[in-house]
Amino acid sequence: MIDFWIILIACLVSCCCSLLGCFLILRKTAMLTDAISHAVLPGIVIMFLLSGSKNSFLMILGASLIGLLTTFLIEFLSQRAKVQADASIGVVFTFLFSIGIILVTVFADQTDLDQDCILYGEILYVPLDMINFSNYQIPKSFFIFVPLLVYIILFIKVFYKQLLITTFDNQFATTIGISATFWHYALMTNVSITTVASFESVGAILVIALFIVPPASAYLLIKDFKNMLFLSCLIGIIDCILGYYFSYIFNCSTAGAIATVAGIIFMIILLFTIYHKKLYNLLNINQLQTPTSSID
Amino acid sequence: MNNLIEFLSFQNPTLQIIAIGIFFLSISSAMVGCFSFLRKQSLIGDAVAHGVLPGICLSFLLFENKNIYVLLWGASFTAWLSIATIQFIHSRSKIDKDTSMGIILSVFFGFGIVLLTIIQGKSASAQAGLDKFIFGKAASMIDTDVITIVIISVLVIITIILLYKNLVIVSFDESFAKTIGLRVELFKFILTMMTVLVIVIGIQSVGIVLISALLITPPVTARFWTNKLSLMIFIACIFSIISGFGGTYISYTYENMPTGPWIVVFMSIFAFISFAVAPQKGFISKLYRDFLNKRKIEDENILKTMYALMEDSTNNNTNNTTYSLKNILKKRNQNPIKARNTINRLCNQGFISKNNMNENLELTPQGLEKGKRITRLHRLWELYLTKNLHLTPSHVHEDAETIEHIITPELEERIIKELGYPTTDPHNKNIP
Repeated sequence: MIDFWIILIACLVSCCCSLLGCFLILRKTAMLTDAISHAVLPGIVIMFLLSGSKNSFLMILGASLIGLLTTFLIEFLSQRAKVQADASIGVVFTFLFSIGIILVTVFADQTDLDQDCILYGEILYVPLDMINFSNYQIPKSFFIFVPLLVYIILFIKVFYKQLLITTFDNQFATTIGISATFWHYALMTNVSITTVASFESVGAILVIALFIVPPASAYLLIKDFKNMLFLSCLIGIIDCILGYYFSYIFNCSTAGAIATVAGIIFMIILLFTIYHKKLYNLLNINQLQTPTSSID
Repeated sequence: MNNLIEFLSFQNPTLQIIAIGIFFLSISSAMVGCFSFLRKQSLIGDAVAHGVLPGICLSFLLFENKNIYVLLWGASFTAWLSIATIQFIHSRSKIDKDTSMGIILSVFFGFGIVLLTIIQGKSASAQAGLDKFIFGKAASMIDTDVITIVIISVLVIITIILLYKNLVIVSFDESFAKTIGLRVELFKFILTMMTVLVIVIGIQSVGIVLISALLITPPVTARFWTNKLSLMIFIACIFSIISGFGGTYISYTYENMPTGPWIVVFMSIFAFISFAVAPQKGFISKLYRDFLNKRKIEDENILKTMYALMEDSTNNNTNNTTYSLKNILKKRNQNPIKARNTINRLCNQGFISKNNMNENLELTPQGLEKGKRITRLHRLWELYLTKNLHLTPSHVHEDAETIEHIITPELEERIIKELGYPTTDPHNKNIP
């Protein structure tokens, strides 16, 4: 039962991340996720100090604000100060992350956020925090991630057209009166919310793996965007299940194992897409050669 | 204050060692960072830094040894591997560079965490030295670490100085470098290896997550102050060293304070200050320039309007040369308060003379000359657009409104020549 809950929570997290991740990689803003996942740290610490608990509504609010601030600062530096886009990402997220680390150190005795948890979280603790729900023991995180997933699916479903158009053609979106900037910020806000919610279970850096790797794998295999959304969720779920057993066998960090498995699956798909034509040709040539040789 | 004096005198032997290490690290990282900044590859440092973790853990697992040199070999190998994989994914599939960096960064780091937890599972004490690489602990640097830092930094600095010209050409213009017969791939490899080395020596004091700031932030800061590369590298080094010492000072003075994050905070503060106050490229000086420009446009518009009023009265044979503010506003609709301010300013500068409180405004000879010139430029540009770009006369006014403030006397000369010394514009008005 414990295994089941851990895998289920991991799958829920990875579905939330994959769905948003599909938009992120097509917008070529994958590294912005990296920035946001680091930069929300001071927001989390400050909100934790203010409210005194994790998983609160305040935490999500604080994170979204910091996520917006990060996006804004990066845009500001690259638009107004004409700093190269990736350099401005680098400046902003290292700055905010440093402040977060300093806050964690200063208030170490008042928070139970330690530095390790920030980086790779601990999904194994999920079943420790159970809630009684009509005679069933259900983990508390379940009640965070199910609403989150529903929210993200609704967000994508309702605003699908706007998100899609601003993703593929910014200028066209602007001409037909859809604000590219607004949807950029809206998407980034949702990314920050998801990051914060997943923070505890997978940590700051591995959440990037869930955001980027499954959608990238799906992107290699499929052209249709709607199918890419489904396929990336599916790949994410496979990553989580395999990753969990991997970590079970080797007795290592679950989040790390999920990232590793995701990477391996991505590499297999990548090599397959690069070399399948050659493979195909090789097989075809063999088939062709057999009849010719028989004629001779 | 006493603390600061004590710190700056560097009498504490541990502090001496750390300061030397930070000093060399700051210089080499800033220098290498300038080149990755030029090549628009700033974030590659972040990806490489994360790629270091599995290397450190692997070499520890294989050799069961915490010797810094052994760990560095493993670290350099996986760091290089991460760059190579990013290149491979990026060049062989439709996945863009950003995404491939994100993939490699998170997967390599995840794998590193897996190895780290396996090591932790084996023996709790063995791992104690390894997790310092994630957040960095400058205070834990010992002689051999600092010697390694100094050797590699000096190597990097000398390489950059010796190959400076070639590296600059390769960073600015690869295809040009190729045409003049430089071995571009070799120099790119050298730059990559230097990035890897600097990161590997830096993670011990600053940590995997923040080392990229040492490469990115000082060049960004320096870029605000100068356009010259050699000067930019120098300024970047200065900022980097000051921040390095600042961070070390804080963690030396206050117990438990981490060094790396404080170094980064100092650097970022310098970056934001530079962004605000730097001459030419700074935000404040940009705002000031915008303000001056706007004022110039306002001035010129008033003078132009008054000139137009004068033309009207000449055409009507009224020979009226004084106008009230009302006339001006009627001719050209604008904010009355702003217009009054502008007129006052023009009076002070001697372009307009006024008697009787904005009622009798008259252009002085200087003002007349200037108004004439603006009107001439406006009409010349309209004519140029209709004649050479074949726009209809009804569409050219807006464009001329903006360009009339920018045209220089030299350009004016050329337009006049090009149009064959014209006398009337497309709306059949005289070009003065």
